Formats: sequence, structure tokens, C-alpha cells
Amino acid sequence: MPNPTRIEVNCSTGEVQEIELTDAEVAEMEAQAAIAEAKRAEDEAAAEAKATAKAALLDRLGITAEEAALLLA
Amino acid sequence: MPNTFELIASYTATGSVSQIDFSSIPSTYTDLCLKISGRTSAGFNADNLLIKFNNSSSGFSGKALRGSGSAVVSYSPALVGFLPGSSSTGSTFSNNEIYIPNYAGSTYKSFSCDSVTENNGTEAYALLIAQLWSNTAAINQITIYPDSSGNFVTNSTAYLYGVKNA
Repeated sequence: MPNPTRIEVNCSTGEVQEIELTDAEVAEMEAQAAIAEAKRAEDEAAAEAKATAKAALLDRLGITAEEAALLLA
Repeated sequence: MPNTFELIASYTATGSVSQIDFSSIPSTYTDLCLKISGRTSAGFNADNLLIKFNNSSSGFSGKALRGSGSAVVSYSPALVGFLPGSSSTGSTFSNNEIYIPNYAGSTYKSFSCDSVTENNGTEAYALLIAQLWSNTAAINQITIYPDSSGNFVTNSTAYLYGVKNA
């Protein structure tokens, strides 16, 4: 299977070239994607933990999220 | 908008492409403005849109303010926008603008970005980003690409403008 391609637009000549990525560039892209996926999973886990902690606190206080928002308004 | 806003180059994807690269950018303008309508093939609701200057992805630091309609989040990856992915409503694209003042100067390059995604679902995003490229080189090449292993899909567009006497 051929590697993905990138587009290079030369702003001086107007020439547009479609260039196949080298194996090294593909490896770099895949490494970047792995980092992005790890960051995404980390962000989602942090958001979920925050939501859980918020729900637990509201439960302990015995108020709803709307009531908490009223307190802070 | 200054009346010296001139189109330098543009590209409309006619197929799947991993990166769009503007090279040999003339140094005759004072500022650059890059406008992107994009979508990625990655299986996300929104994927990061990243940038390289002079083929370098290092030296970037930024702060982004992201609103989803129900929450505001502040975070600091080196990104310039979001791209809807295959989990978003079909045929929807994001709007992104990147404004780079003094791109040909010899100081560090601070620049700003705004981005909105489109999704006829529960969540879409708006982003405002302050970015810094800690490099003194004049910018003569700009590359944009999705963060994940997805590609820009057909009909994604990028327009590079030069601004004189801004």
C-alpha cells in the first residue's frame, strides 16, 4: 500500500506537487498520532474524574447542580 | 481588513491528503493570514489541527480557550484549530483563521488563531488560541496537518493571504 501523500504549494511559482511521504515521515506521523491519542485519553479520564468528584460533592451537600450554580451566581 | 490583503496561494483538496504545505512564501508582506476550511478522516468528533513553520514542529507554545457550548476549558497544546472527524455530522467542516504578524522579522513570532467546528449533534467547539513560535527565523514555509493519523478530506481548503502595511 502506498504511503499517504502531502501537498506542497510553491508560493513563488504556483506549482502544486503531490508528494508521497517517506517511511520516516510516516513513522513520525504515527508517533505523533500515538501521543495525541494518549493525550486525548488522559484528558477524557481527567474530565471523567472531575465529573465524578463534582457529583459526589453535590450528593454530600444534598443539592443539585442548578442549586450549586445559584450559590455561585 | 486592510486593502492590501492579497491572496498568495490556495489549495482545495481533491482527495485525501495528510498535510498541506505552503513553501517559498515571499517575505514582501508584513503579516500573513491563513484561512482553512477543514475536515479529517480520523474517527473523532474533533481532532487537533497542528502547524509547522519552516518544516519545524518544535518551539511552539500556546494557550487555548475552548468552549463546547456547555463548558469552557483552558489548555495549552501547540495547536491552531480543530477539525471535525468522522464522528461529526457528515460533510461538515471547521472554519479556522491563523494570523501571523511580522512573519519575516527576526524576533520570536507570536500569532493568534480562531476556530469553530460544525456538528449537528450535542457538541461542537469554539477555540481562541494565543501561540508563540520561539524562533527568530523568517517564516518561509507553513505546513498544516491533523494531529491524529487522519487525513484532510476532499473539499478541505486552505487560503494563504499576505497583508501589507498592516
